[in-house]
Amino acid sequence: MTAEIGQLALTLALALATVMAASGIAGSRVTAGISRRIASSAAMGMLVFIALAFGTLVYAAAVSDFSVLNIANNSSLAKPMLYKITGVWGNHEGSMLLWVLVLALYTAAIAFARRGSERLTSAALGVQGLLAIAFLLFILFTSNPFLRLDPPPFDGAGLNPLLQDLGLAIHPPTLYIGYVGLSASFAYAAAALITREVDAAWARAARPFMLAAWIALTIGITLGSWWAYYELGWGGFWFWDPVENASLMPWLVATALLHSALATERTGAFRTWTLLLAIAAFSLSLIGTFLVRSGVLTSVHAFANDPERGTFILIMLVLAIGGALALFAWRAPSLETGSAFEPVSRETALLVNNVLLVGAVATVFLGTLYPLFLDAFTGTKISVGPPFFALTFVPIFVALLIVLPFGPRLQWRKALFAEALRSLFPALGVAAVVAVVVCFVVKTHLVARLGLYKITAWVIAASILDIVRRPVKTAAGFAVALAHAGLGVTLMGVAGTTLWRAETLSLLAPGETVQVGPYTLTMGRVERADGPNYAAIRADIDVSDGGRTIATLTPAKRVYPTEQQETAETAIRTTGLSDLYVALGDERGKGRFVVRAYYNPLAPFIWFGGAIMAMGGFASLWGRIRARSARNAIDAVPAE
Amino acid sequence: MRHVLLGLFLLLCGSAQAAPAPGALSNPAMETRARALQKELRCVVCQGESIDESNAPIAADIRKLIRERIASGDSDKQIKDYLVSRYGDFVLMKPPLEPSTWLLWFGPAAVLLAGGGVGAIVVTRARKRARTI
Repeated sequence: MTAEIGQLALTLALALATVMAASGIAGSRVTAGISRRIASSAAMGMLVFIALAFGTLVYAAAVSDFSVLNIANNSSLAKPMLYKITGVWGNHEGSMLLWVLVLALYTAAIAFARRGSERLTSAALGVQGLLAIAFLLFILFTSNPFLRLDPPPFDGAGLNPLLQDLGLAIHPPTLYIGYVGLSASFAYAAAALITREVDAAWARAARPFMLAAWIALTIGITLGSWWAYYELGWGGFWFWDPVENASLMPWLVATALLHSALATERTGAFRTWTLLLAIAAFSLSLIGTFLVRSGVLTSVHAFANDPERGTFILIMLVLAIGGALALFAWRAPSLETGSAFEPVSRETALLVNNVLLVGAVATVFLGTLYPLFLDAFTGTKISVGPPFFALTFVPIFVALLIVLPFGPRLQWRKALFAEALRSLFPALGVAAVVAVVVCFVVKTHLVARLGLYKITAWVIAASILDIVRRPVKTAAGFAVALAHAGLGVTLMGVAGTTLWRAETLSLLAPGETVQVGPYTLTMGRVERADGPNYAAIRADIDVSDGGRTIATLTPAKRVYPTEQQETAETAIRTTGLSDLYVALGDERGKGRFVVRAYYNPLAPFIWFGGAIMAMGGFASLWGRIRARSARNAIDAVPAE
Repeated sequence: MRHVLLGLFLLLCGSAQAAPAPGALSNPAMETRARALQKELRCVVCQGESIDESNAPIAADIRKLIRERIASGDSDKQIKDYLVSRYGDFVLMKPPLEPSTWLLWFGPAAVLLAGGGVGAIVVTRARKRARTI
């Protein structure tokens, strides 16, 4: 019965989404108050039904109900309960259901928070309703998780072992909270265009949702990178893989949006540009979904083989993005008023930030999609890998980092450059000292590359110290300092691992040693270490530093018989400043095993930095929520 | 920081006891070249992995082939050209610069230039407004 309840709940949610869309959008023209109330009720109802549908799928997975096709295909009896449940969103159908659940949550939040005028809220709910209709239709017609299987099999086909991991269990939901969170900014932007209320109010209304989405994307990308680091077994943290790029693009645009919206809110500058960014950020989320979910990424031909889902998403994409852009082109020109500021001002700094971020997005966009287009139109296959991004993305980002410390130091409308520069002198001093030290220690042919990376990373890190040291008076200033500091810390980690990493690949028998970085590894015994649904071998490897044994690492190699797949369980010993990373490979006769070992200086900083950036976001969000009541009082006074 | 510098120091000193990697070249300079080349070549059957990272048998074969060619005195370019003639441009992680990839290579710069141009106009107009008010 459960699957049928889920199916029914989804259908009812679709009906409510239709009510919400119709009422919400009509409300922008006629009686806004009533429409807003109808749309709000529909939003709450939709959340209840989608949550019910999601709950039934989780229940079916928990009790291993293999009469549900989706569970039979993606779960198995031997799987631990935790992964039975997290496996619900480890496959296409379940993850799309999670997607609409998050959409329903944001929609309910918009209805509940009632930021902005009745007309704006009503229209924003209407736009969310249209999105919900599209995604619910997609699920019901092409990706239904509640289809039955008769007769049910005795055991399921299992879950990709790479996905049987706690990091990956929380990574997709976090990323979805980010992707889908951008729908709220999109909805408010579209609502502003529909109602012509393109003043600071819409940006202020949408700001907490922008922040929530940005925080979630930051955490999601950080988790994904961490997962790839410890699970894939070759010590890298970012592979410029199309799936990773699909999450990086919305993050970059969301970052640009947060900065541009700041100017719109404070001085009314860039108001149409901010609207366009809000549309672009969610559009890139949709494109990311399309890329990941349609199979296009594996090969253009995979798309042609199973075109139904891909075509459906493509149509949704064209309607949502095209519709929003058409609305923008129609309404925006009449709404731009133009702002007044001096060339040296916070506004100009934010503009430079946006130009560079858009350039960075362009590299990722072209690098990800160009091979697909080239293959589709000319049949030529090319690969775009890390060397391409090192030549295009990295220089743009370096430029961004050089100008970054100046931004928060410039006043709105009119600022003094000399003053900002003077306050940055200590940071410049630290950066110079570090650059000299680094170049002196590593006097190799790497100097040019190293100088570039290190000086930039240190300019940021040092200037961040400066920001933190400065007496910060506002919550917003503190949030900015934290977020920028986090970026600096992440890039220090990136530079450290990229430039100073030591790696060895060796064949070791018990008792043999190998040196990696400051550590000596001694191979111990290798034994079987089977788990509930896998067979494994595990090695004890002693780590000594300067003749003293400091730890024993136990990297393992697992074979999952149900899924016929191998995974490397890496062993990582971190000091907080550096990682020792060991992965066990195949046996190559006579009890010798392939051992990959990496010494990754500063690697933990990559993820610390992500966490700090997210904390910056939280600080800003917290400041907003706390200041809300005060601001509401100001809003009560007619602004026009 | 001291840890990092220590690690760096040891790195420069080299490591005496290191057991040889499977199939590695005895000449360290040649081995370094081989590792660098491996990172620039794509595993043709995998999803976006270089042959340096891949566990696929064909990647192992190409790693072996690279070492044989390096040992027999081929330049990096000759090895790449050979692999491109066999597998096409697909095998290169860094796409070649030719008319069909101009948009890819120069697109980002074009976007930056356009953005800079529009930005300059916006700032000029904003300045004019600020001065007239």
